[in-house]
Parts: sequence; C-alpha cells; structure tokens
Amino acid sequence: MKLSSRHLLGLEGMSAEEITLILDTAESFREIIERPIKKVPTLRGVTVLNLFYEPSTRTRISFELAEKRLSADSINFSKSTSSVTKGESLKDTVKNIEALKIDMIVVRHASTGVPYFLTQCTASNIINAGDGRHEHPTQALLDMMTIRRKYGHLNGLRVVLVGDVKHSRVVRSNIWGLKAMGASVALCGPSTLLPYESERFGVDLYSNLDEAIDGADVVNIMRIQLERQQAGLFPSMREYTNLFGVTAERMKLLNKNHTIMHPGPMNRGVEITSEVADGESSVILEQVTNGQAIRMAVLYLLSGKKGEEA
Amino acid sequence: MKQAKYDLVIKGGRVIDPALGFGKETSIFVKDGKIIGVEKESKKTQKEMASLPSESVIDASDKIVTPGLIDMHVHLREPGFEDKETITTGCRAAAAGGFTSVCCMPNTFPTIDNQEVVRFIQSRAEKADARVFVVGAITKRLKGEELAEIGELVKSGAVAISDDGNYVQNPEIMRRAFEYVRMFNIPIISHAEDSYLCADGIMNESYEATRLGIKGRPNVGEVIAVLRDIKLCQFTGSRLHIAHVSTAGAVEAIRQAKREGIRVTAEAAPHHFCLTDDLIGLDFDTNLRVNPPIRAKKDVEAVIEGLVDGTIDCIATDHAPHSEEEKDVEFDMAPPGMIGLETALGLVKTRLIDKGYLSWADAIRKMTINPARILNLPGGTLEKGTDADITIIDPEKKWTVRKEKFRSKSKNSPFIGWKLTGRVEYTIVNGKVVYQA
Ligand SMILES: [Zn+2]
Ligand SMILES: [Zn+2]
Repeated sequence: MKLSSRHLLGLEGMSAEEITLILDTAESFREIIERPIKKVPTLRGVTVLNLFYEPSTRTRISFELAEKRLSADSINFSKSTSSVTKGESLKDTVKNIEALKIDMIVVRHASTGVPYFLTQCTASNIINAGDGRHEHPTQALLDMMTIRRKYGHLNGLRVVLVGDVKHSRVVRSNIWGLKAMGASVALCGPSTLLPYESERFGVDLYSNLDEAIDGADVVNIMRIQLERQQAGLFPSMREYTNLFGVTAERMKLLNKNHTIMHPGPMNRGVEITSEVADGESSVILEQVTNGQAIRMAVLYLLSGKKGEEA
Repeated sequence: MKQAKYDLVIKGGRVIDPALGFGKETSIFVKDGKIIGVEKESKKTQKEMASLPSESVIDASDKIVTPGLIDMHVHLREPGFEDKETITTGCRAAAAGGFTSVCCMPNTFPTIDNQEVVRFIQSRAEKADARVFVVGAITKRLKGEELAEIGELVKSGAVAISDDGNYVQNPEIMRRAFEYVRMFNIPIISHAEDSYLCADGIMNESYEATRLGIKGRPNVGEVIAVLRDIKLCQFTGSRLHIAHVSTAGAVEAIRQAKREGIRVTAEAAPHHFCLTDDLIGLDFDTNLRVNPPIRAKKDVEAVIEGLVDGTIDCIATDHAPHSEEEKDVEFDMAPPGMIGLETALGLVKTRLIDKGYLSWADAIRKMTINPARILNLPGGTLEKGTDADITIIDPEKKWTVRKEKFRSKSKNSPFIGWKLTGRVEYTIVNGKVVYQA
C-alpha cells in the first residue's frame, strides 16, 4: 500500500488505512532508533530542506534527526520572523533554494495554507510541520502512535483535548486523525478559546474540565499562552489554572488505565501540575521519541523509496 | 456637404430603462453627445439613416440596450498606487464592463480629503473611457479623528463622502459628519465593520475559519456597525448608504430601518452574492480575500433576498485592484480586495437573472437609476435630452473569464475561468463608442 498523495499537508480527509500505514511504518523505524547504530541508508541521495519560518526548536530537531537517521542530506533555513513582506517573497525564497535541487521540503509557517502554496510553486514533496493554527499532522500522528502503543488500538477510545483549542494546530490534526481511527473526541477549554461552530467538527464540547474527563481514556493537554490572557480571552492565569489546570486530584475521574499527554513545551503549574506531568500515566517523553519515528516514516513513505530496512 | 442629422443610431434593440419602460423594441438617435430621440424608425428616419456611414449605425436586434451602467463603488488607485491601476486603465476596465460612470473611493495617496486631489482626478479623467465621480473622505487621511473639508470637497465635485476601508469607530465624529453633510444633500457611505471586532480578521468567522485555523471577522462586526450608523442617521435626520452589505444581520437591519422611514440605502457586490467562504480552503486563492469577507451560505442567501425585495438598492463592484506580486503570497499576507468591473454584468446575469432572482429590469435599475438617484448623478436613463451614455448587452452570449482579457491593470479576480452568460457588446459614453466586444 502507498499513500494517496506525495505530500503531507494535513490529516483532514486522510483515511484510516493511510494513517495505519504511517503508524505501522513508524513502528519499524521505532525499532531502528532503539538500536546502538541508529542509522539506515534508506534516503541516501535525497535532499531535504527544513524551511522554518516560525521558530520551533523541538519540531525542527525532531525532523533533522529523522532525516539524518535515514541518511538524507538536509539543509536548514530558518527565519526568526514570519514577516516575509519586508524582504524576499516566500515564493522567491523557495524557488531559489529549490534551484539547488532538493527533493523534499519540511515547512513550518505562521500562515495557514503555506504548505499547499508550496505544492503550487515547487516540484518538491511537501511535509507540513505546522501551518498557522491549521494543522500539524506529524504531531497528531505521533500522539496517535503513542496512544496505540499503549492500548493496541485507537477505536472506541475517548480522548479529551484540553486547553487553548482555538489557537492550536495540534487540536485540529488530532480531531481528524482520531475520528478517522474511530476514537471519540472531546474538546475542553474556556468558551472564549473554543472556536466558532466547533461543534461541527463532530466532537463533544465542554467548558467544565471535570465533566469533560469523566470516564475518558486519554487527556491531551494543550499549552496555554500568556498572550491569550493579554488579548482578554480569559481573566487571569490564576483563574485558568483553577478551572482548567490538570491536577492529580482531577485525574481520579478518568478511567483507571488512563494516559496523560502534552505536546510541549509545558507550563508546569499552569495547565498541568508537575505531579501529573511526571506521574505514572504520563507519556510525554514517549511522545518525543515516537515523534522521531513518525517523521522517519513520513519522510520514507513520501520519498517513494523502497528501502530494505522498512 | 449637409451635416448628418445623427451621429449615431442604435437600431432595434430591446430597451430596458427604468425611466422609460422595459423591453420595448425601439431605436435610439444620438447627436452631439445627447440622446435626441427614442422611437421606432419611421420611413423618414430610415431615409436619413441610409446616408449615414456604416459605423454610425449599430444593429442592436436581439440585444438589450440600457442606460450606461453606473458603478458607485470602485478603487482607481490613482494617485499613489499607479502600479495597481490608473484612472485611464480603471476606466478602460469600466468601459469593458459596460460602465459609463464610476465613483472612486478616497483611499488613495494622498487621500481624497482636499479639493486638490479631487481636481487632479477630474483632470486625469477628462480623456478616460468612463465618467469619474469622486467620493471624498469623511475624515482627514481617513484616520477617523477630524472631519475632512467636506464643503470644499462637495464644491469641487465630490458626490458623497466615505472613509471606505475604515469604519469611523468614534460615534461622536460620525454624528458630526452626519449633521454636517445635511448642508450638502449628499449621503455618507459607510464601510461598516467594527474595527475592534474585525481587527486582524482574515476571513469570515465561521466553521470554515475554525477548520482552517484562520482568524475571523465575525458577521456581528458588520451588523453592529450598520446598526450604529442607522441610529446616528436617524438621530441626525441625515442620509446613509451602506457599502458592500455582506451579512444577513445587516440586510435585516437595513430592511427594518427602511420600514421606519430612515433614509438609508445600500449596495451589494457580486462577490458577496456569488461566493461562499468554503471556497477558501480549496486552494487558498488570495483573490478570495476581501473586506468585508466572503461569507457563509446563509449570509449569501440573505444578500440575494435583500436584492430581491429591494432592501439592497444597488449592485456595485468594490473593484479593488492589487498587483500580482502582492497577491502571490501567503493567504493572510495578501492585501484584501478583488477587481470586479469586467465580470459584474456576467455575474449578475448568470447568478441573479438566470436563477430567477431578478428580472433584467430589476438588475438594470440597481446598476443605473438607483445609484444615480442616491448620488445625484446625471445619467441612469435614456430619456430624450440626456447625455448619450448607453450600454448594449448580448443577454445570451456565453463567455469565459480570461485573465489575459482583463483591461484592468491588475488581474486579481477569483472568477478567472468561470463560464458566464451575458456580455457587454458596446459601451457608449457621451455618444462615442468607448468599448466594442
Ligand atoms: Zn469598503
Ligand atoms: Zn471599497
């Protein structure tokens, strides 16, 4: 089986079969990164551009390492500001770099739709590493991989996404992916952070954390940013923590065999207490490791290469 | 040699003129830039016509002949942004769209907030393919802080005032503007979007914006702005015209205000009755970015309803040219606006007339006499004695919108590739053919 597109722009519209293919492929790469020599020649001769218009050390390192472990050549372009209007246009930048003969582009950008835009102006395979508040497909895939490794399946699980739902690209990708895989999804956060008509995602909406997590299997906690308070979306961090902070006490409402996730970076003591973050049911570091396997799998599957290792 | 009795005769077209009646098959006789007769040809006139050179007689059988179309809302970009459009190119586009008169908005650089700029535009427009009427600013440099020299603007020819692009957020300043314009019998044209509620919004706030994770401009931002201006208009006994109505709430507010006898009028742009916001996610075409934004289906339906029941008086394009370089960027970085002069008539025919919402007469009324009355413009009718501004339309002609055919300097249209019915065949200004298909 193959993926239906040579790009990974998002998880919206992706089938359960395709997601399963990525997750299964990631499992075999996960074995490789547990080995003493963590490198395979699969993508030898393939050049990948990491185009980061928005800073994200974690995602960038994860992709870079995934590329290195597959023996791809990678080049990095970072721009600390997302404003390209002052200088060269994004299109010109990409066309210039592409003239150096690259095969794939991993792109992170503050504007929705930039990965799609790149498919229109370059011939490279595009991987979305986060566009605006739209999608962040590899993060959602690694979340799903982490859950599947624990329960063996995703079908029938109840997953609650808590926090700044409105501004999170992770939430959107998670919704599409989890629903495709048969999980039920609930969103929980202050009503000012639940976006307009989000019930049309086909999810349950809560602004009461206790009700949201009652009987749930997985809680995936989204980072809350101070600037949202400054924008008047909630009155204070203190009040946010009181209403939506995930504490050990509250965890008692969850199913017994529950899982705590966070895509990082965490604000300890704000959206999550240290007790929960470092607790037994937390898989936060596991997510990071799986992220690399997912990114290797995506690079491999989109490159169209037939490697002996996977 | 004896001088010909007519400069131009339009033979046998179906005349649609709200002032004269509809669908009457008749001929129009033009001399010295004026319409000197609207009547069936007699034996005598036929004899007189026989001696005319062939280019002086246009056979309009099977065609619709209307007063020259009037677009009360365009951006000509000159002075200041001549890379996007000039008065010459904008008027060429107007002529190609069947418009013989356009009203240009004041957000140029320098802003149309003083008579020098008005005069500059008028002088540039002298040789252009369409008549240009100027809309002056409400406030200096469109900043919403101090009233512009409105009296001077009107004296030099401004037909209305507007801070288009900007909503005058301060209600006290807007109240004074409404009071002040009563002296001149001109309306205030309001770009009604509350600047707090719509700040930084890129598209309509809707499920589509939620799905795409793009910051929204809520429709209530328009509704609130419209309601405030209606109330200020009522309080001051002044005149208000709402530009580019895009929401169900605004249509309802205007409908209600008209019922109460408040002197409010309104326009809608073709993109607000032809496009829905779910198109944005298909390919992030930056030509779909406009202010106010393309709305969801229920708003689009309400705008059409408003056009049907007369709540919305006019169809205006809000022709807003932007260069290709500016639009060939990330969706949220593109400047808002699309061109509209050359596609308007085809869209009206295809999306409103063919679908049974409007008759030809209703549509023409909204593109001729209604804007003329609201802004006290000449034209809008084919009555004997008026300036010979005439548009001839082939109502059944099928055509495809092609980028390379645009006469506008900018090509930012999401309608490129659309198949439309109804095309302008001739545009005549002051008795001269300025456009021929
Ligand atoms: Zn406007
Ligand atoms: Zn405008």
